[in-house]
Amino acid sequence: MDLRLLVQLGIIGLTFFMLINASALLVYAERKVMGFMQQRYGPYLVGPHGLLQPLADILKLLMKEELRPKGADRWLFTLAPILSVTAAFAAFSTVPWGAETTLFGLLDEPVKLGAADVNVGVLVVFAITSMGVYGIVLAGWSSNSKYSLLGGLRSAAQMISYELSYATAIAAVILLAGSMSIREIVDGQAGSWFSIVPRWYVFLQPLGFIIYMIAGVAETNRAPFDFPEAEQELVAGYNTEYSSVRFALFPQAEYINMTTMAAVATGLYLGGWHGPFLPVEYGWIWFLLKVSAILFLYIWVRWTVPRYRYDQLMQFGWKWLFPAAVVNLILTAAAVLYLNA
Amino acid sequence: MPETLVFYLLSGLAIVTSGLVIGQRNPMYSVLLLVASFGALAGLYIQLDAPFVAVAQIIIYAGAVMVLFLFVVMLLNAPQEDAAEWDRTHPLRQPAFARFSALLALLLVVQLVWALLTAAGTDAPVAARAGSETVSSVRALGRTLFTDYVFAFEATSILILVAMVGAVVLARREGDQA
Repeated sequence: MDLRLLVQLGIIGLTFFMLINASALLVYAERKVMGFMQQRYGPYLVGPHGLLQPLADILKLLMKEELRPKGADRWLFTLAPILSVTAAFAAFSTVPWGAETTLFGLLDEPVKLGAADVNVGVLVVFAITSMGVYGIVLAGWSSNSKYSLLGGLRSAAQMISYELSYATAIAAVILLAGSMSIREIVDGQAGSWFSIVPRWYVFLQPLGFIIYMIAGVAETNRAPFDFPEAEQELVAGYNTEYSSVRFALFPQAEYINMTTMAAVATGLYLGGWHGPFLPVEYGWIWFLLKVSAILFLYIWVRWTVPRYRYDQLMQFGWKWLFPAAVVNLILTAAAVLYLNA
Repeated sequence: MPETLVFYLLSGLAIVTSGLVIGQRNPMYSVLLLVASFGALAGLYIQLDAPFVAVAQIIIYAGAVMVLFLFVVMLLNAPQEDAAEWDRTHPLRQPAFARFSALLALLLVVQLVWALLTAAGTDAPVAARAGSETVSSVRALGRTLFTDYVFAFEATSILILVAMVGAVVLARREGDQA
């Protein structure tokens, strides 16, 4: 078999493996950070500093009995979690996580780190993440329970509303870079201004970055926008009736979606694998560091900010976030046109 | 050869799922099958070297329009259609309507066959055909859309705006403030 093909398949496998581990690690990080914020230790007993806690959690979920409510729709009830997690994994397929490498001279021509490089990469991520809403909506509907249904409906409305701001914020970056491939957008951010400030788009698009982060939190249904599963109002929202492995797939999809959101933010705004001190072949270390920083921010926000009210969420999305995103897009377009003319 | 195989797989999937959309008694299944059909169509667009059109198909149709459909079906929580009742009472089951629909379907088939027979150069590979770079490059696609087809583009957007304003006016109850 062709060595190059083998290496590329290996990279795809590695991407998949890292995503699975990211979701397990995030569960641990979430509980640990929450613990520290509430002045306690968090998980501590399984493994050193509780590091093996995710394994114990997964084992526990695997051993549980799988329940299905009597009035539930048989096929859709099973399909919903599968759809969620498949969309979450597939969305990462066009996200690059490192520059090119020859594996220490093993290959004649360098391979790119990342599953696939498509010239409409940003849009592919956006399209597949927007398919993820089907998993949640179907879970809500097929459970035949009013809490689940309300959670599913909320999720659909919320994701449609915030997708607009999300896409508009991304469009401004596409205008700056003149490309829709995430790899080309990242490479447009190499180098620095006055050899001090790195050439990251976050400095040109501060408003866009903030809009992206807020809409990203809403898109992944995280606190303070976690209405689909608001426990005080809806028991557990769309996943109320789920148990065992079927249940486990929903948080896994959520954590993978968070990782994708953070990776895209890193690529679009924070210069991807470009950074000081490290040669670009080792840029993936920078990439991992930046993604981890954004994910920490996500967790930090979740345990700091209380949940909004649902009508406030819709008001904020349509009356503040979306107009701000449109203004940002128009200003960016005007600036690009003026500077290129 | 694998490309031909993928083509038959995708087009077969599109045809079968579209057929099943009509056959379902449960509107929820119809919506989902239609989404699957759109997904298969997006795959066909990728084969035609038009990734942007494929992604737009997924974002707009599968991602936005169908989610709204799903939303409406869930909100109405439509009961399963009562087949026997419908056969007797539904206005569209009258023979005159059935004949008219059959005529329309026949016209469509004739039109499609005619278009396929008269289209030139369909046996050449996609990349070699005239105007293929307009489809595969987003830049060229945008340029064509905003120069050659700008009238159709603007007319469509006005049409959508009118529909939107109409919906808001209809949804607004009498005596509502703001």
